[in-house]
Amino acid sequence: MTPLVAVTAEPVDAQALQKAVCGAADPLGAGRHGAVVSFVGVVRGEHRGRRVLRLEYEAYVPLAERSLEQIRQEAARHWPDAIIGAHHRVGMLEVGDASVAIVATSPHRADAFAACRFAIERLKQIVPIWKREHFDGGDEWLEGATADPNDPVALAEALKRSCA
Amino acid sequence: MRVKIRVFARLRDIVGTPTLVCSVPPGATIKTVWEGLVADHPALADYERSISCAHNAAFARMTTPVAEGDEVAFLPPVSGG
Repeated sequence: MTPLVAVTAEPVDAQALQKAVCGAADPLGAGRHGAVVSFVGVVRGEHRGRRVLRLEYEAYVPLAERSLEQIRQEAARHWPDAIIGAHHRVGMLEVGDASVAIVATSPHRADAFAACRFAIERLKQIVPIWKREHFDGGDEWLEGATADPNDPVALAEALKRSCA
Repeated sequence: MRVKIRVFARLRDIVGTPTLVCSVPPGATIKTVWEGLVADHPALADYERSISCAHNAAFARMTTPVAEGDEVAFLPPVSGG
């Protein structure tokens, strides 16, 4: 059975995640959920003007999965009718490979879009996953946000970006 | 007492290994563990302000006390997605 959150070396399967999220949201098949929004992040072949060859992802897996669970709970507080799931891949990924999938479902589209956007913004803030960019001529670890899951300013920023 | 340390991404590159074990005195905190690690790997000092830390796979603060057998992790700024 597909879990709602996972950090794994297996390829991201957005369709399996979508099935799991929809099953969790509506276990009896009552037809309550009219909107399903999926986001798939894919390795891009260009970054800051240089050609990207591949991205190497690393995670602190138990804490990363725990952080994804925190994001699910935060989303549930702001969009009580929405259910989300998130899978992130680790290991060496080629250009075009999916690194992350997020699925949000809710009775109406506004909450599904917002919860999905929130989850990816929040993932980039607090989930302990890192990528090393292998580009034409070298490689470099990319470093974004200092992860602080209790920082209210970061949470407010993620909510703002999700148009809440 | 002994604690296990985990480091990731560029911190791992600096330290040269993903996990190590260190000895700290009774009453030690995560900060004590970090200071010992920086003493052995001075290049880590640049990360003093930007790291997060974890205690037994949960986010923690540098003031969190550590006990024998605990796992302490130091996390550079994250870049998932």
